[in-house]
Amino acid sequence: MIVGEQKTLDEIMGLLGDAHKVLVAGCGTCVTVSFAGGEKEVGILASQLRMRSKLEGHPMEVDEVTVQRQCEWEYIDPLAPRLGEYDVILSLACGIGVQAMNERFPDSITLPGVNTVFLGMPVEQGIWEERCQACGDCILGLTAGICPIARCSKQLLNGPCGGSQNGVCEVNPDIPCAWQLIWERAVKLGREEWLLEIQPPKDWSKSRDGGPRKIVRDDLRLADME
Amino acid sequence: MDMTAERTDEYKSGSNLEKILRAGHFAVTGELGPPQGADAEVIHRKAQLLAGVVDAVNITDNQTAVARMSSIASGVLAMQDGLEPVIQMTCRDRNRLAMQSDLMGAYALGARNVLCLTGDHQSFGNHPTAKNVHDLDSIQLIQMVRRMRDEGVFQNGEQIKAGVPRFFIGGAINPFGDPFEFRPYRLAKKIAAGADFVQTQLIYDIPRFREFMKRVVDMGLHEKVYILAGVGPLKSSGMARYMRDQVPGMIVRDEYVDRMKGAIAGIPKEDKKARRKAWREMGIKICIEQIQEIMEIEGVAGIHIMAVEWEAAIKPIVEGAGLLPRPQVE
Ligand code: SF4
Repeated sequence: MIVGEQKTLDEIMGLLGDAHKVLVAGCGTCVTVSFAGGEKEVGILASQLRMRSKLEGHPMEVDEVTVQRQCEWEYIDPLAPRLGEYDVILSLACGIGVQAMNERFPDSITLPGVNTVFLGMPVEQGIWEERCQACGDCILGLTAGICPIARCSKQLLNGPCGGSQNGVCEVNPDIPCAWQLIWERAVKLGREEWLLEIQPPKDWSKSRDGGPRKIVRDDLRLADME
Repeated sequence: MDMTAERTDEYKSGSNLEKILRAGHFAVTGELGPPQGADAEVIHRKAQLLAGVVDAVNITDNQTAVARMSSIASGVLAMQDGLEPVIQMTCRDRNRLAMQSDLMGAYALGARNVLCLTGDHQSFGNHPTAKNVHDLDSIQLIQMVRRMRDEGVFQNGEQIKAGVPRFFIGGAINPFGDPFEFRPYRLAKKIAAGADFVQTQLIYDIPRFREFMKRVVDMGLHEKVYILAGVGPLKSSGMARYMRDQVPGMIVRDEYVDRMKGAIAGIPKEDKKARRKAWREMGIKICIEQIQEIMEIEGVAGIHIMAVEWEAAIKPIVEGAGLLPRPQVE
C-alpha cells in the first residue's frame, strides 16, 4: 500500500494562507490504513484548523469529507457540486489523490496535507517500512524475495557494500542491511547460487527514469469510439 | 603465481602498478586526498611527499561524500610531480554516461589505473540532501571498464570509435564487512567482472584478515587478482576509539586502542605537542609492524597505505617496513 504521513500543522497553516472556507478531504484507502488521511484524521485535523485559525484571529470555516478512493474519478465526481463554495480543498490523500482532484476540478485549488512517503506495509502496530520502488522490472526472483532497489540504501544489485556490519546499513542503525537479509535468506533456502552470478546493469528506462509511465490494456478498454 | 598462464607479453594497461605487480614485486600504493577547493598547490605539495615512495597513488573521489577537487584533475596534477595516479571512481555521483565520458577523458590525459567503488552514502558527507545515482554498482562498473578495454565497446555494446581506454582495473574489498561468509564470494564476483587488483579496507584486525585470506587462498582467488592489503597509521587514541566504535564496516582490535592510549602515558594533558608527537610515532610504529605481519600472509601482493590528511607519514612507514627504494620495472 501507499504509506503517507501528515504534514505538520504549521506547514498546513502556511499552505492554507488566508483561506476562509476550507474542505478537508480524506481518502478511505491506503492513507486510512496508514492513519494519515482517513475519516478519523480528517476529523482531528479539521478541529485543529478551526481552533488554530481562531486563536490566530482569522477563524476558518472547515468542512470535512472522506471518499472511498481519491484516485478514481467515480469516487470523486460526486464532490463536484459542492466544491465551488470553498477557497481551498486540503486533501489528505496521497499525491495521486491530490492530483486527481486538481485534474478533475481545475477551477478549485486542492493542496496536499500529507506527504506520500513510500510503498510499504505496517510491520507492526505503528511502524511502516518501505518495500517497493515500483521500478517496473521486478527482480525479487533473483534476490531471495527481498528487494535491494527499495531496501538497500544504494540500490546495489551484486551484494553488500563495505558498510554493512552487524546486520545494519551504514546509513543508519535503524535500517536493516538489505543484502544481509538477502544473503541469510538465500543461505536458508540453499540458494546461494542466486547471488554468485553477476547481475547486469539495470534497465532503468522501465523505472521513473524513462519518464512517467503508462499501462494500456486493450483487452480491458471500453469500445467507446463508434 | 598461476597468473602467468593467462598472461600474454602485453600489458593490459602498461601502468607502473601493473608492471610492478606482474614482475612479482610487493607493491606499495598510497592515497592522496584532493582539497576542498581549487588550489593545485595542495596536490603538488602532497604529491611531492609521495613521489618515489609509492608505486602508484589513489586519488580519492569526493571521499566520505564531501565535495572536493575531482579525482581525475587531481590525478593529472599529481602526474606532473612524477606520481602515477589510481583514479578512484564512485558509483554514487555519476551515471553510466558520465562515467564512460570521464574514463575516456582520464585515459586521454594519461591515467592508466582506475579503482571502481560503490562510494560512501551521501548522508556521511557535507551534502546529505543530495540525490545519489547508483546507476551501476561497483561490480557493474568494473565490468564496464573491462569491456571497454578488452572488447572496445561501450556499456551499450556499441563500438568505441576513436581510441580505446585501457585501464588497469581495481576494486575495493572489505574483509571486515558483513555478511562475513559472503565477502570472499563478492571478491570472486569482482574478479569475474574484470578486477585486476583489489585493495582492502583498513586492517586493524590481522587475525580476522588472516582468516579471510585463508578462505581466499582456499578458493584460489589470490591467483586471479592482486590483493593489496589496506593499512593506515592511527593518529591518536581518540581516532582509534572512533574507528572502533563509530565507523561502519570497520573492526579495530582493542590492543591498538590500548597501545595508542599507552603512548601518551606520563605526558601531561597540557603538553599537546608532546602528546601529538608520541601518538604519531606510535601510529607509524604500529603501521610498520602491521605491514611486516601482513607480508607474511599468503596471497597478499602488496600494501595500500591510507594516511588521511597525513601524507607525510607514508615515507617513514614504507622506509620502516624495508620497502624502499621502490623497484623500477621496464
Ligand atoms: S549497508 Fe547494506 S543496505 Fe546499506 S547501502 Fe550497503 S549493502 Fe545497501
